[in-house]
Amino acid sequence: MDAPALETRDLTIRFGGHVAVDKVSCSFRSGSLTAIVGPNGAGKTTYFNLISGQLKASAGTVLLKGEDVTGLPVSARTHRGMGRAFQLTNLFPNLTVAENVRLAVQSRARVGLDLVSLWSDRRALIEKAEAMLARVRLADRRDAAVASLSHGDQRKLEVALMLALEPDIFMFDEPTAGMSVDEVPTILELIQEIKARANATILLVEHKMDVVRSLADRIIVLHNGQLVADGLPAEVIASAVVQEAYLGVAAA
Amino acid sequence: MLHRLLSGDLPRSHALTVALVVVLVSLAFAPFLFPGSQSLNVAAKICVFIVLAASYDLLLGYTGIVSFAHTMFYGIGGYGVAVAMHGIGATWGAMGVGVALALLLSLILAVVIGLFSLRVRAIFFAMITLAVASAFAVLASQLRDITGGEDGRSYSVPAMLRPSFRLIEDQVLGVSITGRILTYYLVFFASLGLFLLALRIVNSPFGRVLQAIRENEFRAEALGYRVVVYRTVASVLSATMATLAGVLMALWLRYTGPDTTLSFAIMIDILLMVVIGGMGTLYGAVLGAAIFILAQNYLQVVMGKLSAATDGIPLLPQLLHPDRWLLWLGILFVLSVYFFPTGIVGRLRAQRR
Ligand SMILES: Nc1ncnc2c1ncn2[C@@H]1O[C@H](COP(=O)(O)OP(=O)(O)OP(=O)(O)O)[C@@H](O)[C@H]1O
Ligand SMILES: [Mg+2]
Repeated sequence: MDAPALETRDLTIRFGGHVAVDKVSCSFRSGSLTAIVGPNGAGKTTYFNLISGQLKASAGTVLLKGEDVTGLPVSARTHRGMGRAFQLTNLFPNLTVAENVRLAVQSRARVGLDLVSLWSDRRALIEKAEAMLARVRLADRRDAAVASLSHGDQRKLEVALMLALEPDIFMFDEPTAGMSVDEVPTILELIQEIKARANATILLVEHKMDVVRSLADRIIVLHNGQLVADGLPAEVIASAVVQEAYLGVAAA
Repeated sequence: MLHRLLSGDLPRSHALTVALVVVLVSLAFAPFLFPGSQSLNVAAKICVFIVLAASYDLLLGYTGIVSFAHTMFYGIGGYGVAVAMHGIGATWGAMGVGVALALLLSLILAVVIGLFSLRVRAIFFAMITLAVASAFAVLASQLRDITGGEDGRSYSVPAMLRPSFRLIEDQVLGVSITGRILTYYLVFFASLGLFLLALRIVNSPFGRVLQAIRENEFRAEALGYRVVVYRTVASVLSATMATLAGVLMALWLRYTGPDTTLSFAIMIDILLMVVIGGMGTLYGAVLGAAIFILAQNYLQVVMGKLSAATDGIPLLPQLLHPDRWLLWLGILFVLSVYFFPTGIVGRLRAQRR
């Protein structure tokens, strides 16, 4: 039997006395889209930070294709196929849109330590970056400084950087939060597109239940750092624990 | 061709282009345009400080690293030449040995400082570099047998570079081609080459990663760039260039001592050159170094003339007395930083739009 694309075992982190992620064991099959839901402060982003390495686990392990990556730095995990789009937009504000994407393409091609060729000479990389911008419909903003982009466009760029890395694991943290209604479909279509490709493993943190229902193969629920439910979307949404832990809060 | 030489990084402003051409032409023909040993000395210093400021900008402006150890690397280059020339003799071979050992020492120190401390917060890194640089300065003045202590070392340079050397009997444009002039051109072309090299580095794929780290180190790491490695490489490159600048200065001065290389005052000068010229653009280092060195050398002269001209008017002659030159230099810098927060280059480029 093949190892799952991604697995966490008893993953835990404590901040002082507060346990933000509490013994979360979960595995993610290659080719699946798992939605992660839970109220604000449940530990969803923190769980992502443990998986991609921004935070060091107090206990537990992260396995990527069966291999323990818990001790690896963020950059090494990225090169092993982890991609992340951040909840709070996290870009290079004084560089242009094209340069931002290009940096991701270049990392994937592993030419960052090239000191002698000209940045502007690497045609193949530039074209790949352009293609990525077209995919997220940002091609016309290519020369704008990122700081001057609208919030929605910054969110799209955030996703473009992850796509440019061509990861195996795609981690979306509330990709549509704060977007205007007409911009949301672009992102959802992109997620559909990624999902349609074989072997893309997608983790999606999302508050909007209609989005979750239409995209997810499976839902897991985090509450106070613990994994409290795991199953098919319809079952989980109907279950008492979600009504109470998640929808109850959301409705309040 | 020019585009490739400048690594695609054109000045992007008419005024800036003109300013850069003026500096380049003045330095290239300095022995003929401004004969006399004092002006040639100023020109050579400008060349060396352009390299020094540019290499510092690689850290400060491009990577966002604040280091106070830059003059240490500069000093290592100077002492490499001094110790070798003094100890072995005034030959090219001795110079080669001195330069090689200096580069090796700089490399080791830069890697060690980089790996140990680039992981910590910026302010701690700055403090660590300050501590290491101070320790090095103390060491240099205490190891008197090797470095000459506080007095430093005077030494002869290879015959070709001595003032008494004549390349040809005849004069060229009314100037005898002495060993001094040859030394000047050695300094000039080496500086030009190093500057173009730095320009290439900042416009390479690597250079963009440095800018990304400056902008958002957290995201650079998330994209797969091992930040500590990139910072360490940047530190090593910058240290290497500073070391070579020190070598050039040592050849030019035929003297190396704590005051000409390791002093904290020079560190501040470099910092000001980069900030005044414009951080994060190497052309800023050119203008910053040129203006700073000119002001340092000629402000007193100009003030002396102004002071004499205003004789009889109350207060003004005292204010303009040459002894107040440091005060005026300070005022000039405060004003320039206040009015041009992005430096001269940032200002000139913004005007075009
Ligand atoms: N670096 C940190 N230091 C201390 N506490 C932290 C840190 N990061 C997260 N926390 C705490 O951990 C808890 C979980 O936060 P997290 O951001 O993971 O929630 P979330 O589920 O992503 O919420 P949201 O839906 O609001 O994004 C919160 O109580 C938060 O205050
Ligand atoms: Mg969150």
